[in-house]
Amino acid sequence: MDKTVNQRAWFLVLPVFLVVAFSAILPLMTVVNYSMQDTFGNNQFFWNGVGWFKELLDPSTDLGGRFLASLGRNLLFSAIILAIEVPLGIVVALSMPRQGWTVAACLVILALPLLIPWNVVGTIWQIFGRPDIGLLGYTLNGLGMDYNYVSNEFDAWATVVVMDVWHWTSLVALLCYAGLKSIPDAYYQAAQIDGASRWAVFKAIQLPKMNRVLLIAVLLRFMDSFMIYTEPFVVTGGGPGNSTTFVSIELVKIALGQFDLGKAAALSLVYNLIILIVCWIFYTVMTNAGAERPVKQGAA
Amino acid sequence: MARIDLVDLAHAYGGNDAPAESFALKPVTMTWRQGGAYALLGPSGCGKTTLLNLISGIVTPSRGKILFDGVDITPLSTRKRNIAQVFQFPVIYDTMTVGENLAFPLENRGVPKADVEARVREIADLLDLTPWLGRKATRLTADAKQKISLGRGLVRSDVAAVLFDEPLTVIDPELKWQLRSKLKALHRELDLTMIYVTHDQTEALTFADTVVVMHDGRVVQSGTPAELFDKPAHTFVGYFIGSPGMNIVPAAVSGREARIDGHVIGLHRNYGVLPAGANIEIGVRPEFVTVAAPAPGLLSATIERIDDLGRVRFARVRVGEAKFAARVPSGFSVAGNSVGLVFDPARVHVYADSRLVEGVA
Repeated sequence: MDKTVNQRAWFLVLPVFLVVAFSAILPLMTVVNYSMQDTFGNNQFFWNGVGWFKELLDPSTDLGGRFLASLGRNLLFSAIILAIEVPLGIVVALSMPRQGWTVAACLVILALPLLIPWNVVGTIWQIFGRPDIGLLGYTLNGLGMDYNYVSNEFDAWATVVVMDVWHWTSLVALLCYAGLKSIPDAYYQAAQIDGASRWAVFKAIQLPKMNRVLLIAVLLRFMDSFMIYTEPFVVTGGGPGNSTTFVSIELVKIALGQFDLGKAAALSLVYNLIILIVCWIFYTVMTNAGAERPVKQGAA
Repeated sequence: MARIDLVDLAHAYGGNDAPAESFALKPVTMTWRQGGAYALLGPSGCGKTTLLNLISGIVTPSRGKILFDGVDITPLSTRKRNIAQVFQFPVIYDTMTVGENLAFPLENRGVPKADVEARVREIADLLDLTPWLGRKATRLTADAKQKISLGRGLVRSDVAAVLFDEPLTVIDPELKWQLRSKLKALHRELDLTMIYVTHDQTEALTFADTVVVMHDGRVVQSGTPAELFDKPAHTFVGYFIGSPGMNIVPAAVSGREARIDGHVIGLHRNYGVLPAGANIEIGVRPEFVTVAAPAPGLLSATIERIDDLGRVRFARVRVGEAKFAARVPSGFSVAGNSVGLVFDPARVHVYADSRLVEGVA
């Protein structure tokens, strides 16, 4: 029997193909194109091959120096906020009520920071931290601390970190809470019977059962903090100096500030690649963590 | 190891002020012997798990007291009570090996390392878990996991009692037999008081020396399997235990006679005059009613169907409105629909409002 050949079915894919082409493939290819060229404006381009990429990875050049420094700052920032938000999120989730109307109240309060747009969060903290009119800045200075996030690097970092913790700990807490809620009561009862202390219950039951949501929380928080732009940009503008200039802020400076499209394109491709690799690592770890098959107890 | 006394113990999930009928466990007073093997038997929702959780302290009773060896432990938390419990579904500590799982209850109580190791090895040996001691407990089948849960229940030698809450639900039928006889053997070997909750009569009758039957939040009878079979104290015990269950039929009883449908059945005991207004029934196990060829003097019945259970056949018959199950003697061939029923008078019990009435011999 001959199958009817009908290639018109391809037209069904056309809308998706067009959307993906215009939203992802064409822009990406434009960036790849830019990354191989130099421009002095005026829509004049000169071929540069892999020159920008070489410079990018060489700390002795201006571009490489700026990229690697901002990358280092970004990784440090991600490490700090993960080290604070994950344990803090777990503690918050553990201390949340299990039933009653307080559950709903807690959930709403926790969700509030998550609902605020990034640039509004930045503005809130920018004003909150000002020594002249901000509640936080004024109070700290009133207490005798010389707090000024505009001029002091440590203060700027502290402000950006605390802001991120304020904004995103809820997410970790909500994920952990979901993980905790999925633990059957029998586990807690068995632990009681087995005489387990509060700490032993956490170590033997709660932490292992939160394993997977914690991995998701770490992945989400790492990706978000690694790509952070709006909030620190609104608060510190990357300063004082370059002290809070993270990769995305550096990228925007090069692309839109200096209009160095070639350098910026090369930087964004490497940036993108790093994110893809990290995603892939997390994906592999998560699927492996979930792929544990029971081993049949043999005729022992 | 202890004697456990329940004194007027009752529980309502709605609190102490809840109406008496809503109590999940109605007031019960009873004693559990040290070293006994008990089964709590009853249908789902009869309060057996509630009773178990009261003993282990997972649930705090609305009323009454629990005594271990005469000491009131009602206000103590589960952790402070000396009790072990195995749940319906396996509870495994994921990050630990099988051996660490078994050692967990001992280590939490500060038992010396050497003793822990010896005891874990002993229990693992009894449950055939020795080859798996070093393995991560997560990567095992449900039955192996449940064995670990059982092991954690049995590993402490000083517990007042080990409570089992339908522990074999997740186990394959063939393994069920093995594990049940293993538990029975462990009971003999370890000299622990064991209380076993189940809704499966076979499981209860094979495991326990004393079976406690519960119905609607009440303990309706507690006795050896033979007692439950021969002399059910409540019509519920009659038809819940035994397969098929006891025949319970409304009848008029006076003196040594019971009347069904105008037909007189002789009784072994004298019941005198029963309380007026009570719902009088007679109960007789199908094993003690046989079908015979219709004859004058026999209660005549109509056969509806015959169940062949292999070694024995039971006829389902109808007498007026009442339904009976009756044994078909081997070699008896049924001709037509009509048969006579022969009762063993010694095995016919009388119930007033579902409770057994003791006659006078």
